[in-house]
Amino acid sequence: MRNSYTPHTEQDVKSMLDTIGVGSIEELFSPIPRELRVKSFNLAPGLSEFDALNKMQSLSARNNTQDVQFMGGGFYDHFIPATADALASRGDFYTAYTPYQPEASQGTLQALYEYQTSVCNLFGMDVSNASLYDGGTALAEAVLMAFRATRNRDTVLIDANVNPLYRDIVKSYLSPLGFKIKEIASNDYQLNRKELISAIDEQVASVVLQNPNFFGTVDDYTDIADASHSKGALMILSAYPLSLGLLKSPGEMNADIATAEGQSLGLPLSFGGPYLGILTANEKYIRSMPGRIVGRTVDKDGNDAFVLTLQPREQHIRREKATSNICSNQGLCALRALIYMSLIGRGGLKELSKTIYDKTQYAKKALAGIKSLKIPETPCFNEFVIELPGDAGQFRDALSKKGISAGIPLGTFYPAMKNRLLVAVTEKRTREEIDALAAAIREAVL
Amino acid sequence: MKTPLIFDASVKGRGAAALPASGVPEPAALPANMTRRNEAILPELSELDVVRHFTNLSRKNFSVDTHFYPLGSCTMKYNIKSCERAAAMPGFNDLHPFYTYLPGGSQEVSGALEMIYDFERILSEICGMDGFTCQPMAGAHGEYAGIRMIEAYHKAKGNNKKYVIVPDTSHGTNPASAAMAGYEVITIPSLPDGSMDIDALKSAITSEAAAIMMTCPNTLGLFETGVREISEIAHSHDALMYYDGANLNAILGKVRPGDIGFDVVHINVHKTFGTPHGGGGPGAGPVGVKSVLLPYLPLPKIVKGADGSFSVITDDADSIGKMAPFFGNFGVLVKAYTYTLLLGKEGLIDVAEKAVLNANYIMEKLKPYYDLPYDRRCMHECVFSASAQGKHGVSALDIAKFLIDREIHPPTVYFPLIVKEAMMVEPTETESKETIDGFIGIMIEAARLAETDPAILKNSPVHASIGRPDETKAARQIDVKMNCGL
Repeated sequence: MRNSYTPHTEQDVKSMLDTIGVGSIEELFSPIPRELRVKSFNLAPGLSEFDALNKMQSLSARNNTQDVQFMGGGFYDHFIPATADALASRGDFYTAYTPYQPEASQGTLQALYEYQTSVCNLFGMDVSNASLYDGGTALAEAVLMAFRATRNRDTVLIDANVNPLYRDIVKSYLSPLGFKIKEIASNDYQLNRKELISAIDEQVASVVLQNPNFFGTVDDYTDIADASHSKGALMILSAYPLSLGLLKSPGEMNADIATAEGQSLGLPLSFGGPYLGILTANEKYIRSMPGRIVGRTVDKDGNDAFVLTLQPREQHIRREKATSNICSNQGLCALRALIYMSLIGRGGLKELSKTIYDKTQYAKKALAGIKSLKIPETPCFNEFVIELPGDAGQFRDALSKKGISAGIPLGTFYPAMKNRLLVAVTEKRTREEIDALAAAIREAVL
Repeated sequence: MKTPLIFDASVKGRGAAALPASGVPEPAALPANMTRRNEAILPELSELDVVRHFTNLSRKNFSVDTHFYPLGSCTMKYNIKSCERAAAMPGFNDLHPFYTYLPGGSQEVSGALEMIYDFERILSEICGMDGFTCQPMAGAHGEYAGIRMIEAYHKAKGNNKKYVIVPDTSHGTNPASAAMAGYEVITIPSLPDGSMDIDALKSAITSEAAAIMMTCPNTLGLFETGVREISEIAHSHDALMYYDGANLNAILGKVRPGDIGFDVVHINVHKTFGTPHGGGGPGAGPVGVKSVLLPYLPLPKIVKGADGSFSVITDDADSIGKMAPFFGNFGVLVKAYTYTLLLGKEGLIDVAEKAVLNANYIMEKLKPYYDLPYDRRCMHECVFSASAQGKHGVSALDIAKFLIDREIHPPTVYFPLIVKEAMMVEPTETESKETIDGFIGIMIEAARLAETDPAILKNSPVHASIGRPDETKAARQIDVKMNCGL
């Protein structure tokens, strides 16, 4: 069966070849020397739509999406309103390109401007770009941005409580550039303030923190912003968007750059992507920002018009001197996040943050009632650590047999934490599911 | 019609989505210093308001689903709907990524791992490479990962490499990616026929060259016939050959980068494998390498055991490390993989053939009306110049704006940089002869108007949702968010 999605009839091909003045399509490839032609192209024949979707269905069925999900680690099982799916599935949005021609792209451009506005409001920051790939690369780009903005500094300080996956990405990005990374060891799931503050000196371009941190600990880093600024360093804060209906915003802590993984704003988990890299900053650093930025201006009749702006920062103009090599953004993901924020709305955000907080505290309390468990007292929002009387991976496996994905065993990232499990709660987890988690853990530790 | 900004349409106290109830007892509050003082201002609308707002915005976009979109180098082909359905399957869409790092987690996600593994195998065959990674989240991210692997290769061999060579026709991302990996950039000019100046390359290259980055066919839509010689020159200095896969769609089943001397290749899946562009993203930029670079592939990576099961390697001292937390833009990869299943071998070859047929047909038909600075057989795109129309005061931009009035998305203009008043047309294989003839007719009309009534072109668009915007004002009086009263 032929299945190539090209509309040409034999007659079309013939008349087009006649116009071009060649006898066959193969002749069109004559500029390619014979000796450069393929040595092999050993692929299966095309499938019908029915057969292809059946194959995909059988692959997708071999993935565990049934367990009640208490894993988080920066990526959370939130509810996505049907409206978000319906609107983001409109072909006029998702089959458009980067809005290079503003007159043909006002829909995308206005939406990105509204996205920038919403994200700035959420994070309490002055300016946002039109999105980056994900939370990890957004943090790495923020660290590079801070080196540009501070000039002639060579060190970044990173709290070891920042998501280990993100710290790895920052390390990967910095390794060819000669900058130094100094990690500040965790102090019982919290920032070691003393050690961090004494490490800030005139060589430090930025201090990187996360709130809530990887272990779920909530903090107020206003003092760290002050300490950073007193030495001319910037504070970069990675935050969890849905916590910001309740928690102090990066702007309120005087962060200079705030980044986030935007997945919680209406994006499916989708095994790691596509996600949404949020990057916001103090206005004075806008020209050091990576990525696209949408601005409002007027058209020739004085009407509001939206365009890509400050493009001389970007690779298609500045080439090797650009602020980043980034060419795309996550346009559709940013649109989804905007739609989600519009649906949840101002009141809904507060309510949702509170629900997540309340359910998490309920879970923490339920688990704290189990004798052989130890749960740290540190304040948390949506996630917390439990210390088990044995290997956390084995407990996890035991609970998985009951249809519960109990959390992330921490030994993979912190070898000394083999017995600890990171448990996350979202608004989707019911009281009954939380009770079932507690009952299953109680049974497993006996 | 103007669609008010969503914050202007907001009414205090209005709301949309109903949220799950808390249903648990009220807990103790957080310490006051940790909580928010100033409420986050988000829109306040009913669900219907939200639906109308975004539906109305969507109608102000040109898109492949609504318009012919011959945006050169961006490959705006039709996005097959069944690929969307595959990505939305709950077993993919709802899958938590952290299984990647659980001991024994591979068994929980064996379908996803098999899909990625099989896609990497298919890409290796298409490109003639020895291995692939699906981690990079966009083409430029793939370039960066590729250059980082090249850097790791040179470091392991103790090579002293300082710069990367690019032709003057290259995409801006190539030099920018090289710079992010700490390399200087040397640019090689093109010859009058549009190909790389091999003599200039010979005199520029030294043992300090880490790589040559090329797009082939190049951004003029021309096949670099000297590519074999270029790769021999590169390899004689132990510089590696990097293939920017932006134009791979033109040579599917005809040429494989790995067969003609390239060591690294990235693929823009939205260009070659028809995944939607999403108004700027998300994309995916898988990277293929020859065996010498296999040790440096980013983490995590998937391996197949002797028993046919899949597992994940998360630690490897030689690897360049993580470019993304998991396996890149997985949902996009599902669509691209489904595309390769649907088309299969013959379908993919057909992609290249019809793309090249459509482009050459346009080139032939428009040649009498527009300057063609490189009058050679083109591949999947052709680059015209509006310099003849310049005599009447008409620019490529004016023609672009006129096309918008005629409900056609303009070609890429002013790129590649070496062509004055460039108009880069890429029809793609999924467009019919009727659509293309319609476009040709309008381009001919524009050429006539340039001579007879240039004011029409200069004043367009008049039928779009806005007239030409004042971009200088946008850059000088920076307005990148609404003032919501904070």
